[in-house]
Amino acid sequence: MKHKKTVKLFEPSIVKQSIRSSFIKLNPVYMLKNPVMFTVEIGTLIMLIVTIITLVNPLANQGSFLYNFVITILLFLTLLFANFAEAIAEERGKAQAESLRKTREETPAKLVMSDGSIKLISSSSLKKGDIYLVETGDTLPADGEILEGLATIDESAITGESAPVIREADTDHSGVIGGTKVLSDRIKVQVSTNAGESFLDKMIELVEGAKRQKTPNEIALTVLLASFTLIFLFVTVTLYPFAFYAKTILTVSALVSLFVCLIPTTIGGLLSAIGIAGMDRALGANVIAKSGKAVENAGDIDIVLLDKTGTITIGNRKATNFYPTEGVNANEFAKYCYLSSVSDSTPEGKSIVELAEKNNSANTSGELLNEAKFIKFSAETRMSGVDLKNGEEIRKGAWDAIKKYSLKNNGEFQEAELRVNEIANNGGTPLAVAVNKKLLGVIQLEDIIKPGIQERFLRLRKMGVKTVMVTGDNPLTAKYIANKAGVDDYIAEAKPEDKMNYILKEQREGKLVAMMGDGTNDAPALAQADVAVAMNSGTQAAKEAANMVDLDSDPTKLLEVIEIGKQLLITRGNITTFSIANDVAKYFAIIPALFSITVPALNVLNIMKLSSPQSAILSAVIFNAFIILALVPLALRGVKYKPIGASALLRRNILIYGLGGVVVPFIGIKLIDLFVSLFF
Amino acid sequence: MNTDIFGIVLIFLITIALAVPLGKYISKVFKGEKVWTDFFAPLENFIFKISGIDPNEKMDWKKNMKAMLLLNIIFFIWSFIVLLLQGTIPFFNPAGIANMEPALAFNTVASFVTNTNLQHYSGETGATYFTQMLVFTFLQFVSAAVGIAALALLFKGLVQKQATDLGNFYNLFLKSCTRILLPLSFIVSIILLLNGMPETFSGAQTVVTLQGDTVNVATGPVASMISIKQIGTNGGGYFGPNSAHPFENPNYFTNMVENFAILFIPIALVFAFGYYLNRRKLAWIFFGIMTILFLSFVIPTVSLEMSGNPQITKMGINQPMGSMEGKEVRFGAAASAYWGVSTTSTSNGSVNSMHDSQTPLSGGIYLLDMMINALYGGVGVGFINFFVYIIIAIFIAGLMVGRTPEFLGKKIEAREVKIAALVLLVTPFLVLIPTAIASIVAAQNPNIGWLNNPSYHGFSEMLYEFTSANANNGSGFEGLGDNVYFWNISTGIVMLFARFLPIIGPVAIAGMLAEKKYIPESAGTLKPESLTFAVMVLGIILIVSALNFFPALALGPLAEFFSM
Repeated sequence: MKHKKTVKLFEPSIVKQSIRSSFIKLNPVYMLKNPVMFTVEIGTLIMLIVTIITLVNPLANQGSFLYNFVITILLFLTLLFANFAEAIAEERGKAQAESLRKTREETPAKLVMSDGSIKLISSSSLKKGDIYLVETGDTLPADGEILEGLATIDESAITGESAPVIREADTDHSGVIGGTKVLSDRIKVQVSTNAGESFLDKMIELVEGAKRQKTPNEIALTVLLASFTLIFLFVTVTLYPFAFYAKTILTVSALVSLFVCLIPTTIGGLLSAIGIAGMDRALGANVIAKSGKAVENAGDIDIVLLDKTGTITIGNRKATNFYPTEGVNANEFAKYCYLSSVSDSTPEGKSIVELAEKNNSANTSGELLNEAKFIKFSAETRMSGVDLKNGEEIRKGAWDAIKKYSLKNNGEFQEAELRVNEIANNGGTPLAVAVNKKLLGVIQLEDIIKPGIQERFLRLRKMGVKTVMVTGDNPLTAKYIANKAGVDDYIAEAKPEDKMNYILKEQREGKLVAMMGDGTNDAPALAQADVAVAMNSGTQAAKEAANMVDLDSDPTKLLEVIEIGKQLLITRGNITTFSIANDVAKYFAIIPALFSITVPALNVLNIMKLSSPQSAILSAVIFNAFIILALVPLALRGVKYKPIGASALLRRNILIYGLGGVVVPFIGIKLIDLFVSLFF
Repeated sequence: MNTDIFGIVLIFLITIALAVPLGKYISKVFKGEKVWTDFFAPLENFIFKISGIDPNEKMDWKKNMKAMLLLNIIFFIWSFIVLLLQGTIPFFNPAGIANMEPALAFNTVASFVTNTNLQHYSGETGATYFTQMLVFTFLQFVSAAVGIAALALLFKGLVQKQATDLGNFYNLFLKSCTRILLPLSFIVSIILLLNGMPETFSGAQTVVTLQGDTVNVATGPVASMISIKQIGTNGGGYFGPNSAHPFENPNYFTNMVENFAILFIPIALVFAFGYYLNRRKLAWIFFGIMTILFLSFVIPTVSLEMSGNPQITKMGINQPMGSMEGKEVRFGAAASAYWGVSTTSTSNGSVNSMHDSQTPLSGGIYLLDMMINALYGGVGVGFINFFVYIIIAIFIAGLMVGRTPEFLGKKIEAREVKIAALVLLVTPFLVLIPTAIASIVAAQNPNIGWLNNPSYHGFSEMLYEFTSANANNGSGFEGLGDNVYFWNISTGIVMLFARFLPIIGPVAIAGMLAEKKYIPESAGTLKPESLTFAVMVLGIILIVSALNFFPALALGPLAEFFSM
């Protein structure tokens, strides 16, 4: 079973730390990165000065000290809430990373010296390129690649997967992770990263706001929001002369309040939190992204390349049926199938044994194997089998090989041939079994498609993502499986360079391609793909080339990553829309309030019937501040993504966040006003 | 149906019906395909030859924009010199009109070069025939052609795939004159001439009225100017009262022809987009968005003007013809209101009634219409403005569906959004800041003599002037005494910036899109041909324009309306 490393939304320790950081983040140098909130900070400072002036000189025509003081505090809260949102996203990311990091505390490492001797040192002093030795029971001191040997490793500390995995040198599963435990055997491992430079460390850097690089998309939105802020600056600054012409002198607090309410503080305050939360969610899915852009790009993916084995089908082909020829007893045939495969260590062979055992024939044939002679598969004969002590010669192999080997007997051959064709046409692989050169029947081997994978592909198709299956199978088998699993396209008899060519071809047409890989020969394609997820069990080369690493080494993780990317953009877009739509209600609250005495005609616009001008402005400012806090959970969790097609999704989101953005503040401000009017 | 309403419905439908084929024709002209006006080719080639321009040179957006600015600088200098010296030019000046004062000349030239035609002079007494023809009418042609040619660049940018070439501005500019503006205004001129509009070089006619008074009636080469004034969304009239003057708009029929001419090319260019890009459905959607807003302005305005002035109704006086202050009896309330929305929608700016005298909400609608400035809009530039709204809408909508936004197969990325965001700033800046300055001056100097009306209406007059200048519209709330240094220079500057920044920005975006890879649509692409996206664009237009100007509109027309 897997356990997701999720951190509770408002864990007390995180909240405490976040509150502390919200104050630290008030540093103007830091605020400057966020133009919207920076202007709020300036507004707060102006209000602070005005408040002091009203304290010193109550006749300054700037309203009462108390009122100005309350506005100042509210603006200050607006800033803190925005900072809090960013801080809590950061802290959650760090906490998630920390829980992964805990597994890699100081452990002793057996450093292999150049002369071959072993020196015991601390894991923290291992450097990139060092070679260490681990044996049964040891904890791996650092990430690396196996140079020598094979071992069973318990990776549950990192991935949550309790079943041990096998890692072996010179295979595509040669990567090991620091903090995991060797269950059996011994391996020599070369350290792949210096301490503090691992992917995990990079990830932690990425969630820290200050060091975070904004994605192009985020930059574009920031510019647009800055532009809106500037427009509303013009609107408020010019309102003073307009009002002056209408014989109204506006107070500083009124103008600053109007300004802060109009500028898109809701999205401005939550923007970086949303970005960080996207990384957090990736981390929560045990995916380490090397950049925020990679997560965002994932949402844009047009095409996904998926390896058949392990992603679409469960492991390897399995025996699913025995077909004895006419006149052959089914139990008898199962027994011979068992005998033919008992020494065959290939996954196919093992699955035949499993199926035969199910048919209850194993018990009876056990003693037959004494002093049996096993015949290994050879490319020449394309058969394998066993010669029993009792003289029986059992052979299993490809149809044409067995056909050649067996004695001619037309009736059986015709029957078996029909069966063989049927199996091949249905995407299976037929194997024939003969005993003493007499054909007994056919075994059906089939790919087992992962349960639930069809639904996932359907979901991807609705998102507009095309799925491509990559397999070494022949085109006929590939086509069958592709159809059955519901992928859109397939690459059959794939060679490593085929993936690369496919990616290049699609990219030339402007598509964004994602792939997952583990082997060194995947590395070039991983480097070329727009979103490349390497399995943590993969080779170092693959991990370097990819822009994300999946700790679970789960081939279907790509689909999750795509949804996380989309969610990130959607959350950003919807809160932007909500934020801008809010302005309508704020205008209706503040404009009549400003001119309630001098331009009484405008009281018609007070459609919320707010009790007093002061209360109206306060209510709008309070709503403006607390809506940020109210939306923090949404920013952290992300808006739920529904694959219902772009137009339908837009319609849904316009209704919820656009129309909702217009309506909610009318209700919110009115409710706040009912409360505030008790005091002002 | 009421005949007044029937008249405007009919003319609107005729305009649409004829705009579709014109759109097809214009797209052919833009693409350089064979058209019936190819007989102009020798003339065009001759002009290119003597000016040393290679009309087939492929130019990127920067080079094209340089060409546009260069042409405009030449037009500016030529016109400025003529206005300053018009009284000393010995011919085409039977009335002996004097040289123009420099500040007024600056304003006038800026106004005509930018297709605004905000006239702070009065045609009868301020401009010679030479000026009317070789400056005003000339600029009315070329300024309209500049807008149309700029739009052609934009179209090309949208269809190009990984190329920098946006076409040749000189070529598109000249062809816009010869192939589009010239034939259309020729036809319109003939119709107007046949309906009694004057076209003469002789001076004022002396007439003895029935009462025995002797009156000097100004005439001149009117019909040739009025056709291009409407066809090219210029709006600058021959006479001070513009199309309310009987020689500029003799009867109900000419009124309808002129109103048709106001909307004709702006609507046709929307369809030209569809033909040029082969996205006709999208063109209809864009047309639909504009039309919904257009009608939502026409309907209340017509009904407000037809139902009369509420102040007069309060006095117990029946107003069967509607509110007729400042309107011509031969057109009536409905046709005046329809014209008002048409002229403010399209940055035309000609008037057949005095907008200053219309009911406050109508005035507010005209203001809002000019603040949006993209409901069909000025020739070429209207669609260019609309394009900016589209970019913003696509960007936000793209985010809302979880995909880096794409428009017509091109990714809309940070650079494009940055430019669009900057272009968005132009209008609020150029309208609000100058109006604020004017408000302070007016409030502190009540006797400055700018405002004919006090209070909210006075504010609307100032707001209208800058809104009109910014929209390159040119109509005015005529209560404003605007021929003074302040208004001449301030609106002159506003017009120049408001003209060229919103052309250069979007064309630059088109240039950047042209260089991008074309991405075929997939199931995840947000299709702009959908009702949902149309609603999104509508929302963006209203939010971007209405929200920015809400306080200003509240203190002007809304306060006036609610005080009635």
